Amino acid sequence: MKYIDEFRDGAAARGLARQLAVEIQPDREYRLMEFCGGHTHAIYRYGVQDLLPAGIRMIHGPGCPVCVLPVGRLDMALDLATRPNVTLCSYGDMLRVPGSGGQSLLRAKAAGAEIRMIYSAAEALELARRHSEREVVFFAIGFETTTPPTALVIQQAAALDLPNFSVFCNHVLTPPAIVHLLDSPEARELDAVAIDGFLGPAHVSVVIGSRPYEAFASGYHKPVVIAGFEPLDVMQSILMLVRQLNEGRAEVENQYTRAVTRDGNAKAQRLVAEILEPRSVFEWRGLGPVPRSALQIRAPYARFDAERRFALEPRTVPDHRACQCGAVLRGAIKPTDCKVFGTACTPETPLGACMVSAEGACAAYYSYGRYQEAA
Amino acid sequence: MSAPSRRRFATPLDFERGQVELSHGSGGRAMAQLIEELFAAAFRNPWLDQRNDQACLELPPGRIAMTTDSYVVSPLFFPGGDIGSLAVHGTVNDLAMAGARPLHLSAGFILEAGFPLAELRRIVESMARAARAAGVTIVTGDTKVVEHGKGDGVFINTAGIGVIPEGIELSGDRARPGDGVLLSGSLGDHGVAVMAQRSGLEFETALESDSAALHELVAVMVATAPGLRCLRDPTRGGLAATLNEIADQSGVGIRLWETAIPVKPPVAAVCELLGLDPLYVANEGKLVAICPPEDVDRLLAAMRAHPLGAAAALVGTVREDAHHFVTMETRLGGQRMVDWLSGEQLPRIC
Repeated sequence: MKYIDEFRDGAAARGLARQLAVEIQPDREYRLMEFCGGHTHAIYRYGVQDLLPAGIRMIHGPGCPVCVLPVGRLDMALDLATRPNVTLCSYGDMLRVPGSGGQSLLRAKAAGAEIRMIYSAAEALELARRHSEREVVFFAIGFETTTPPTALVIQQAAALDLPNFSVFCNHVLTPPAIVHLLDSPEARELDAVAIDGFLGPAHVSVVIGSRPYEAFASGYHKPVVIAGFEPLDVMQSILMLVRQLNEGRAEVENQYTRAVTRDGNAKAQRLVAEILEPRSVFEWRGLGPVPRSALQIRAPYARFDAERRFALEPRTVPDHRACQCGAVLRGAIKPTDCKVFGTACTPETPLGACMVSAEGACAAYYSYGRYQEAA
Repeated sequence: MSAPSRRRFATPLDFERGQVELSHGSGGRAMAQLIEELFAAAFRNPWLDQRNDQACLELPPGRIAMTTDSYVVSPLFFPGGDIGSLAVHGTVNDLAMAGARPLHLSAGFILEAGFPLAELRRIVESMARAARAAGVTIVTGDTKVVEHGKGDGVFINTAGIGVIPEGIELSGDRARPGDGVLLSGSLGDHGVAVMAQRSGLEFETALESDSAALHELVAVMVATAPGLRCLRDPTRGGLAATLNEIADQSGVGIRLWETAIPVKPPVAAVCELLGLDPLYVANEGKLVAICPPEDVDRLLAAMRAHPLGAAAALVGTVREDAHHFVTMETRLGGQRMVDWLSGEQLPRIC
């Protein structure tokens, strides 16, 4: 596969591994957080961790949109899905996440709720156009990468004056979450996570650019490298972080130059800003309430806002008692440190979201990395 | 079926504009007409022509292999096949994986009222062609019709029997450390071809399902390597599920080499776009063979000499492993698990 295989090349990977081994300082531990679950999966799916020197410790971050959505928001979606005449459109990963009382969208669907798995926001809009007799609600989740398509369908619905389409908006923002990890008294009280540097998600920066991390990098003196999702991207980005740390630098560097610029995609940013605005505060699983870390639909588009249209009550629901997804999402523990990992909590019977999502750290460990624990 | 019986019906079935009706499954004249003008005409053989409720068969000596499978693929027609040919190939292959020579099939149809007779005929004729090509006969059958909205066009169940020649003993519990893991060709063709046909995912690919009957390839393999341990076709759950089954049954581990596993570039590209892993995508014309290390080269050469095994490859090895894990050396040079599929990757592809 052109443009893909080059970034999964074994010989190049061994070259980068040798370079890392040469450049790391032997008496030092490099604690690097890959913010995004996409990176976690690339690391485990391709076996990147086997190529890294022992001094490099990867800490998995909260960048998994399915994982960080708290039970309360999922319960709101379940509430929507079971209302008469509602068709709820959701990305596939969300379907198996357990809500309150073990309920999930998949179970609600099996019990008769009209829930459709979709691949794009545009599919939800199309469904609303074809089924004017149904209330079609798009369960929108995701970081900045998936936000512009959501804004676009709202804009299109407004242009079409569609009376039966709305969006349950759960879009969250990356930079505030990274700041919160280091800064919030809650996070620091829960468990002190020492992180030396961050791999930033490239797909997010295709939209927002690399600039939003600059104040953070200098203010907290933590290097950030915007990293692509292919295994060689990840390895090269780790090398770039190691070099910054060795040289005492804390800058924002861009490894994913093939798509990321400093300013990002201005058109997408304008579209998002026209339709959506920051919420004053939003609850994250694992991080708790984080100020200005999520988006809501602006007042002129209120009729497309499912929260207002269906008068959804916000709710806060604690995670399953045994589930330690919160600590996993903060990078405080490894998935295998969780008491229920691989026993009560497996991909077939997940207790928490991290075991469900294709970007969840627990799912990555379980599906790809379990041989290490057995060895 | 004798010629005069055709005159029992005043007007022949309308295969251009006609539809399946509830009466086609109710046991009356309409059902008799559907059987006679469609199923019996297409599948024609001495057993079916006797018009009994069962086929009475005389089988050659040897152990009998028997299997059954139901087919609910959506869409019904896809590049490289349709539900009819799939219903023959799938069941023939399940017999062939025991080393059996497939002989006879049954065919049960669950039809939805309103389904166009023209499409039903296409399916039945495709089934008949696939059966003839595979050298099997469809000797007994059943037709039921469900109300409109209670089915999805056509569901088909086929059961099959075959005879295992003397001396052949293939089973999933016979893999031993050191054995070679051979794959007959590229992964994921069927699942991706079906997926690419689905609405909302219009890919412009020339991809075709690999749906095919594998018993002739198996006959060559069994003749070449009498020590062959186990054969299995990696259908639902893909190669990953098949190898995990074998590892569990045999109490061994399996190590794959990613760079050795053939995947066609368009299949890899669609998987990349949809976030699928080719190791978990279904195949309908591929098999996995486990054989002793000394047989690997000979078996591989024999497989490659057959059109259905032209891209055969040695993709891994059986190892001792108390956890019965299937693992893979990645092309990057690291390791990963190749776990059972959790949830469903692609629903209703067979």
